[in-house]
Amino acid sequence: MKFKFKDRDRADKLVQLINRQVPDRRIKIVHVCGTHEVSITENGLRSLLPDRIDIREGPGCPVCVTPTSDLDAALQLAERGAIVAAFGDMMNVPGTAKSLSELKSEGADVRLVYSVSEAVKIAAGTDKQVVFLSVGFETTTPMTAAVLEDHPPENFSILPSNKLIPPAMESLLELPDNDIDGFIAPGHVSTIIGVQPYEKLADKYDIPIVVGGFEPLDILYSLGLILNQLSISDPKAENGYTRAVDHEGNSKSKKLIKDVFKETDTTWRGIGTIPNSGLTLNRDYEKWNARERFEVEPRQAEETSPNCLCPQVITARATPEECKLFKDKCTPESPHGPCMVGEEAMCNIWYRYGGRPKL
Amino acid sequence: MNNSESEEETVQLTHGAGGRAMGELIENHVLKTFTNKTAGEIGLDQLDDGATIDLPAEGTLVLTTDSHVVNPLFFPGGDIGKLAVCGTVNDLAVMGADPVALTSSLVMEEGFPISKLNRVLTSMEESSTESGVPIVTGDTKVLEKGDMDGIAINTAGIGLAKEPINDAGMNPGDKIILTGKIGDHGMAIMQYREGLSFRTELKSDIAPLNELLKRARKSGNITAMKDPTRGGVAAALNEMAEKSDLGLTIQEELVPIKEAVSGIAELIGISPYEVANEGKAIITAAKESAREVVEGLKSHPLGRDARIIGEVNQEWTGKVIMETEIGGRRFLEAPLGDPVPRIC
Repeated sequence: MKFKFKDRDRADKLVQLINRQVPDRRIKIVHVCGTHEVSITENGLRSLLPDRIDIREGPGCPVCVTPTSDLDAALQLAERGAIVAAFGDMMNVPGTAKSLSELKSEGADVRLVYSVSEAVKIAAGTDKQVVFLSVGFETTTPMTAAVLEDHPPENFSILPSNKLIPPAMESLLELPDNDIDGFIAPGHVSTIIGVQPYEKLADKYDIPIVVGGFEPLDILYSLGLILNQLSISDPKAENGYTRAVDHEGNSKSKKLIKDVFKETDTTWRGIGTIPNSGLTLNRDYEKWNARERFEVEPRQAEETSPNCLCPQVITARATPEECKLFKDKCTPESPHGPCMVGEEAMCNIWYRYGGRPKL
Repeated sequence: MNNSESEEETVQLTHGAGGRAMGELIENHVLKTFTNKTAGEIGLDQLDDGATIDLPAEGTLVLTTDSHVVNPLFFPGGDIGKLAVCGTVNDLAVMGADPVALTSSLVMEEGFPISKLNRVLTSMEESSTESGVPIVTGDTKVLEKGDMDGIAINTAGIGLAKEPINDAGMNPGDKIILTGKIGDHGMAIMQYREGLSFRTELKSDIAPLNELLKRARKSGNITAMKDPTRGGVAAALNEMAEKSDLGLTIQEELVPIKEAVSGIAELIGISPYEVANEGKAIITAAKESAREVVEGLKSHPLGRDARIIGEVNQEWTGKVIMETEIGGRRFLEAPLGDPVPRIC
């Protein structure tokens, strides 16, 4: 299977196709998925493409866009004696005062989990309150919904920080200085939501949006589709990942999300508040909401440290290399902003795979 | 069934106190297990303050030492005992030396089961016999329960090299050779990492490389060698590039990797280039003799997958460039830290 997707001859042909179609100006293509960015850098795709094609990662890393205020809420609960369960990436993201892992080293009970069901297991084995820091996009949320529909233990709750991808894409298009020529839509999220939500966006903003898979050939193919749409001036939502993504999406998962969550305005770290871009528990499931159960005090939080270009990187307006802190002062071992922490985030990925050198 | 756990014979503090109990432990377990114990007149059996070594030939002495800790102590394909012998033998071998003798220092936690100690000693014996390198002197210490985790083994080794080979002696135009498939040890251990609930048949590649590398040395003009242990091939290649101030370019499609290794790698998101190998070496050889070196390696069972994976150049000095399977180019960076704690 693996080698089928890494066929050099096919890659050559796709690159030729791209070269034939690319207009004689700078083209900025944005994707919104850490897995896309890893595949692009790990396979050296940028070195195969003409310099004027500029591919960037938008708000595609759930860790990066989780606002400091949500992280501070988790810290507050851990300080008050609850067991806080979080995904590994979340552990090192700096909150206002400290990170979860720093709090853990001071003695708080913070657990690293790989899935929400592990957090439920922890709750089943203790009398203490267990709070799951529920971050993630449409791909992760159905799991959390399923767990809540399944009546978890009474001492279990979640801190909802779930987010939706299409409103975030729209927020980028609403930025006055956006110069985006096309989107590669995230394959994983699209297996759940389908292609439909992108159709409205493509119509409203006259922009190509192509759902892309994650193998290097998938990504080159999606780029080819975008450039083709641009060359014939026919921008639309298109499925470039038909072997996994259905036009309608996954109706079971969509129903699960709808049954348990409701849309709400939410803050994206680095972007600000986006209307109807987040999910919180609906009335039937409110009792599992840690915010209600523990009366978490909302605090105003500074979103990123000064000089950190994370807000620009997350909105695809800057690359990591444009940040003065990148590599010298900001590293995965001592990160200034969330873009260096999340393994799905552009700064972290460029640090690990060498960025975009002219090789 | 009775509770055999509580009756199990274990290492006690007196075993490290220098008295009769220690003498018995060494006599009954260490000396009885090891068979290859001398490199001169005074060897391990004499239990003297040191050992004497008769040097077999003229040359340069090479000395190395390594303290071995690993979690788990017993892993698919080996254990800490095998690691302790092979690790030090290999450090000598990649210096271009023929190993002559090893030392063995055991540091154990009070309560460590004697049965486990015997398994570890048997593995050391097997690797010492396989590599032909005697263990000529040693030491035993016991720490109080809780002061350490199980057992740690330090081995020092002496080798003799006609011409020592360092890890930065390569020249532009040299070919880069890998002696076999990468990532086996690190990924085999990774399967035991917390949270991983699957197992494969994958085993550590741990093996003594002295005979293999001797054949390589005899086959052609080797300019540098390094064993890609902690940090894997990515760390080793970057260190070679930095130290030599030359560039290294490798072709991803030429790098041999087992399917099980790339499978685990994709699942857990850790690159096979960044995890330890314990039975592999990276060799650079002059362009005109690289093919002969590969043939020499292939004539030994441990080198049957050996191949040229790239070359040394002056393009990006101090850096490693990977040409990816689909024809892209990127830097192969050294890993940030060990992806697993204590794997060798």
